[in-house]
Amino acid sequence: MAIDARVIWHGLGVVLLAAAMLHDVRLAAIVAVWFGAWCLNAALARGVPGARVLVPLIFGATLLVLWEMTVRLYEISPVILPAPSAIAAAFAANTDILWADFVQTILRGALVGYVIGCGAALLVALAVDRSPFLQKGLLPVGAFLAALPIVGTAPIFVMWLGFGPASKAAVVVAMVFFPMLVNAVEGLKASDKMQRDLMHTYAASYWQSLVKLRLPTALPFLFNGLKICTTLALIGAIVAEFFGSPTVGMGFRIKIEVGRLSMDVVWASITVAALAGTGFYGVMTLLERRLTFWHPSQR
Amino acid sequence: MSVALDQNEVAPCAFCMAMRRIAGAVLPVLTVVAVIVAIWYAGAYLMNRSITLDTAERRGVALSTAEVFADTMAQERPRLPAPHQVAVELWNTTAGEEMFRERRGELRPNPRSLFFHAYQTLAPTMLGFLIGSLAGLMLAIGIVHNRAMDLSVMPWAIASQTIPILAVAPIVIVVLNAVGLTGMVPKSLISAYLSFFPVVVGMVKGMRSPSAMDLDLLRTYSAGRTATLFKLRLPASVPFLFASLKVGIAAALVGTIVAELPTGARFGLGARLLTGSYYGQTIQIWSALFMAAICAAVLVAVLSLIERGTLRRMGLSA
Repeated sequence: MAIDARVIWHGLGVVLLAAAMLHDVRLAAIVAVWFGAWCLNAALARGVPGARVLVPLIFGATLLVLWEMTVRLYEISPVILPAPSAIAAAFAANTDILWADFVQTILRGALVGYVIGCGAALLVALAVDRSPFLQKGLLPVGAFLAALPIVGTAPIFVMWLGFGPASKAAVVVAMVFFPMLVNAVEGLKASDKMQRDLMHTYAASYWQSLVKLRLPTALPFLFNGLKICTTLALIGAIVAEFFGSPTVGMGFRIKIEVGRLSMDVVWASITVAALAGTGFYGVMTLLERRLTFWHPSQR
Repeated sequence: MSVALDQNEVAPCAFCMAMRRIAGAVLPVLTVVAVIVAIWYAGAYLMNRSITLDTAERRGVALSTAEVFADTMAQERPRLPAPHQVAVELWNTTAGEEMFRERRGELRPNPRSLFFHAYQTLAPTMLGFLIGSLAGLMLAIGIVHNRAMDLSVMPWAIASQTIPILAVAPIVIVVLNAVGLTGMVPKSLISAYLSFFPVVVGMVKGMRSPSAMDLDLLRTYSAGRTATLFKLRLPASVPFLFASLKVGIAAALVGTIVAELPTGARFGLGARLLTGSYYGQTIQIWSALFMAAICAAVLVAVLSLIERGTLRRMGLSA
C-alpha cells in the first residue's frame, strides 16, 4: 500500500516535470528544484537521525531558493516582489535605521506596554480571585473583550496620547490585558482542593499560600497568556504606528517605504518584525521551561 | 452549618430554581458591565471637561458644575464620547439610514449606512475565512498522512504564529493592488491567511486525537487510509475544528479591518476608523469600533450555535 502511494507520487512528479518542460523551461527548472528537494526530504523523513531539525531547514531553504529563482527567471519587478538576496542586501545596508526602528517600536512601545498590561492583568486577577461574584462577572466580559478587534482602539489612543511611544504602549496594554486576565484567573483556580486544604492545615496565611502554592500552580496558565501576548504586543505597536508616529519606528518605516516603492527595505523591516516576534516568543518559552519543569507538558 | 440548614428547608419550586440560576449567572455580568459604563461616563466627564471650560472661558461665561457636566456629555468632537452618544450614532447610522438610495437614476448602497460598511468588511472576511479554513483542512490532512510534510511544514506553521503577520497585512494589499488585484480579493487573502494556521494546528491535533485502540479497531476491520480518515479521524476532530474556527474567524475579521487601513479604502469598518481619526470624528470611530465588536460577537456566536448543534447530534456533548 505504502509503496503504491510512493510510486504514484513519483509518477505524478515526473509527469508534472515533463508537462512543465513542454510548457516553459523556466517553470521546469523551478519544478525540478522543488521535486528534488521534496524527494530528499521524503527520504530523510523515513528515519534518518536528526531529521527533525534537518527536514524543516531544507524545506525553508528550498522555499527561499524557489522565491529567488522565480523572481530572477521571470524578471519580476523589485517593486512588486524583491528577491531574498535583495532583501538581505537592504537589511545589511540599513542596519542603523532598522535598529533605531526596533528600539522605538519594540523596546519603547511593545515591551513597555507588554510589561504594564500583563502586570496589571495579574494584579486585577489577584483581586478578582478573592471575590467569586467578580469572577463570575468579569470572566465572561473578559473572554468577550479578548475576542474583539481591540487593534481598532489604536486611532483613539494616538489621538489621546500623541504620536510618541506612549500611545503605542497604551494600545499594547489594551490588547494584552484581557487575554492575560482570563488566563491568570484560570490559573489561580488551578490548585486543587486537597492542596489548598493542606496549606490550611499548615495554618498558612493568604499570602503564604499564594506565593508557595497558587502562583506556582498558576504558572503554566500564566505562561500560556504571556506567550499569546508576545505576538499581540508586536501587532499592537506596529499597527498603532500606521495611525501616526514620529519619523522612526517599524510601522512608520513600512508605511513610508511602501509609498516610496522600496519594497526591499519594507521586507527587511518585516524580517526584523518576524525575528523580534520569534525571539520574544522563544525567550518566553525558555523561561517557561525553566520555571514549569515539573508540569507534565514539559516532561 | 448554613449548608446543612439549607438542605433541611422545603425544596423550592423548579421555576424559582431556574430564576435563581439565571440571576446567579447574569447579575455579576450586569454588575461588571454597569461598573464599566460608570467608569466610562466618569472618564468622558474628566477628559472632555477641559474643552468645555476652554470654550466657556473664551466666551467669558461662568458655568455651574451641572452645566459643565451636561456639556461634556454632548460635545460634537469629544475626546471621549459618552456611551449614549455612541449608542445614538450607532442607531442613527444603522436604523436611521436607508441601506440603499437613489443616485443618478440607480439604486446604490448608501455609504452613510453603517450596515453597508459592515457588509464591505464582512464579505471579504467570510470569503477569506472559507478559503483559509478549507486550505487549512487540506494541509492538515496532508500533514497527518505524510511524515515528510509533517516534518517540513509543521515547525514553520508554528513559528509563523509568532510573527506579527497582521502588521504586515497592509503591504500585501499594496502589492496586490500594484499587480492589478483590487476590491474584495486582497482583503480576503489576508483573512484567509490569518484563519489558515489556527485551523491547520487545531486539525492536526484533532486528527491525531483518536487513541491507538480506535486505530487498531479500524485496522482489524481492514479499513484503508481513506476509510480511517472519513470514519474516524475527521469525526474525532470536529470539536477541535470548531475551537480553531472560532479563533480563525475572529482573526479573519481583525485582518480585514487592518487590511483596510493603509490603502485609503473608502468603504468598510477599517475605512470608517481611518477617516474618523483623520477628521477627529471620535463618535464615528467609537461607533465603527462597536460595530466591529458586534460583528465579531455575532460571528463567534453563530459558530458556537452550529458547534453546539453538531456536537449534540454527534452525541459528543451532554
